[in-house]
Amino acid sequence: MTALAEPLPKVRSRSFAIAWRETATGYLYLLPAAVVLLAFHFLPVFYAFYISLFNWRIRQGAFVGLQNYQNTLANTEFWDSLKVTFYYAIGIIPATLVLSFVIAYALFKAIRGRGLFRLIYFLPYVTPTVAAALVFRWIFHSQQGILNWLLDTVGLPVQSWLLEPRGVFELLAGGAGASLPSWAVGPSLALVTIMIFTVWQSLGFSVVIMLAGMSNIPTEVYDAAKVDGAGEWTLLRRITLPLLSPTLFFLSIVSVIGAFQSFNSIYTMTDPNHGGPLGTTRNATMYIFLNFFEFQKLGYASAVAFVLFFIVLLLTVVQMRVLGPRVHYQ
Amino acid sequence: MASVTLQNITRRFGNVTAVDDVSLEVRDREFLVLVGPSGCGKTTLLRLIAGLDMPTEGAIFLGDRLVNDVPAKDRDIAMVFQNYALYPHMNVFDNMSFALKLRGTAKAEIAKRVSEAAAILEIDHLLHRKPKELSGGERQRVALGRAIVRQPQVFLMDEPLSNLDAQLRVQTRAELIRLHRRLQITVIYVTHDQIEAMTMGDRIAVLKDGVLQQVDEPQTLYDTPANLFVGGFIGSPSMNFFHGRLAGNGASPRVEAAGFTFDLPPERARALAAHYGSEVVLGVRPHDMELAPPGQVDGRFSARVDVVETLGSEKLVHLQLGEQRFVVRVEAHTSVRVGDEVTVQAKPRLVQLFDAATGAVLP
Repeated sequence: MTALAEPLPKVRSRSFAIAWRETATGYLYLLPAAVVLLAFHFLPVFYAFYISLFNWRIRQGAFVGLQNYQNTLANTEFWDSLKVTFYYAIGIIPATLVLSFVIAYALFKAIRGRGLFRLIYFLPYVTPTVAAALVFRWIFHSQQGILNWLLDTVGLPVQSWLLEPRGVFELLAGGAGASLPSWAVGPSLALVTIMIFTVWQSLGFSVVIMLAGMSNIPTEVYDAAKVDGAGEWTLLRRITLPLLSPTLFFLSIVSVIGAFQSFNSIYTMTDPNHGGPLGTTRNATMYIFLNFFEFQKLGYASAVAFVLFFIVLLLTVVQMRVLGPRVHYQ
Repeated sequence: MASVTLQNITRRFGNVTAVDDVSLEVRDREFLVLVGPSGCGKTTLLRLIAGLDMPTEGAIFLGDRLVNDVPAKDRDIAMVFQNYALYPHMNVFDNMSFALKLRGTAKAEIAKRVSEAAAILEIDHLLHRKPKELSGGERQRVALGRAIVRQPQVFLMDEPLSNLDAQLRVQTRAELIRLHRRLQITVIYVTHDQIEAMTMGDRIAVLKDGVLQQVDEPQTLYDTPANLFVGGFIGSPSMNFFHGRLAGNGASPRVEAAGFTFDLPPERARALAAHYGSEVVLGVRPHDMELAPPGQVDGRFSARVDVVETLGSEKLVHLQLGEQRFVVRVEAHTSVRVGDEVTVQAKPRLVQLFDAATGAVLP
């Protein structure tokens, strides 16, 4: 026994050396990416947190601790911007998911020309936001826009679209001769216009992801279900949707994060009156931008950014907890 | 239960004809095996019967009912797929009960049927597991169970054993035969494995390039193949083929092949009269040939031993005669070594003769 036991430590130390070398090599491979992430992602985040603790206006001012955070939560403009953000998210996420599912399902079923349609739906996603926004601003222009011309042609009232601060429910109720309490007026027509633009632009991405998800479902499973007696509706409800749930889950998480970080579309569609009219398109990121770059309240803007970060984190965790268990991984 | 009748079924995909004018009747409660090499159209034929695909031409009957325009969901056919196609998001119980739920079967009845089928297949302890938590063999049983609970008119099986390891395949083969006997069901079973076909089928239908070659009982198919393809496809090891010319006069027909002459029984002379002088293929099964003592007797010829496969119960001796390669099955303890020159002979009454041009068997 002793004779056998003796060589063991040597073997172990050698295997430890190999393991250590492999680990070191692994970390070495990770290093370039880690350096880039550290320099351009984590350092700025920590620096932003540092800034948020100071009364920082172009130059570093006095240390104020969590005062900027208190100010954020006490500021009605911040809460208004958060309301706009929620309107925006609630408006675009379900619309994008439902529309892209319908389009992807149709494309998945109709085989001929699928590649061409996929390209067509993906084009908006790769079109520069600024260029696309310019076209949309022209479409929705209150005087020269093609949409108002169309409305006018068919005898419907023209709208102010991007210049309209009144809520859409208020407008609808007004059309019917009723009036609404202020909490029920809904997002401004200007914001809804931007939502339409965003849905149009982000649809392609969701369609392509959903198509990929649908193609991952084995055709034999559909065949088996058909033989088992499933019609089109049952196939959709009992096979496609459950087996697509990982894709839907991914898209809903990405969409929520994307909606809360949305900036480009609002910036370009409302240029130069950013966040207008009357602040009804000023979402949280626009609020941060305005405070940071226009009002030079760097400390305060950084604090708002952190509050927003925690809200997005919380929403993501909630989604993981609520939707996660309903996802069927194959 | 029901019979299945195919009348002149053709299925084309663009320029490719996957199934070409196939007519076939599968009797009620019969176990019919569709066999053929990959791409011969057997799976397409099965999908046509299931209603997962529509024939370009022809008619399909279940019993007396024409089902060409009946969608898969209304055909009352169950199918077991090659890779099982279990619903990955449902547990075993839900997989097996899916069809019954869609038909609005009462809960108690569903539970009863599922537990009965699970007991037959010995998967009752797996009912709450998801497919990904099962082994290949267990998945295969669940796929069978899913078909059994439905008590359908016809069972279709598309190579259901091909994903199992060799031992499990042999075991499941026997279980399927017992299951068929117990449930008294009409089964159409697709395989590319001729051993499966021989061991399982009441009758075997051989397909090649979408064309039905021969339908018969296994032994008949083995003993009297309709053509060169069936002769070569059915049987393991394969039938040996020797190319030659049919010669002789009215009384003593013989095949003159490269390196030897083979005398056919004189009683075949009349039937072969029309084919004298034409190119033929002589087909001899490895166990209808034997090693013989050396000597210049008609029909004997010598060849060189190329490979010897020892199977324990017997030996397969691969021989070479010029360019011609062939196999002779010999008794296990026969002494034979690679490189030996040996004398072989065939049993004249058990050879098949095929037309070299058409491949059709000659009388």
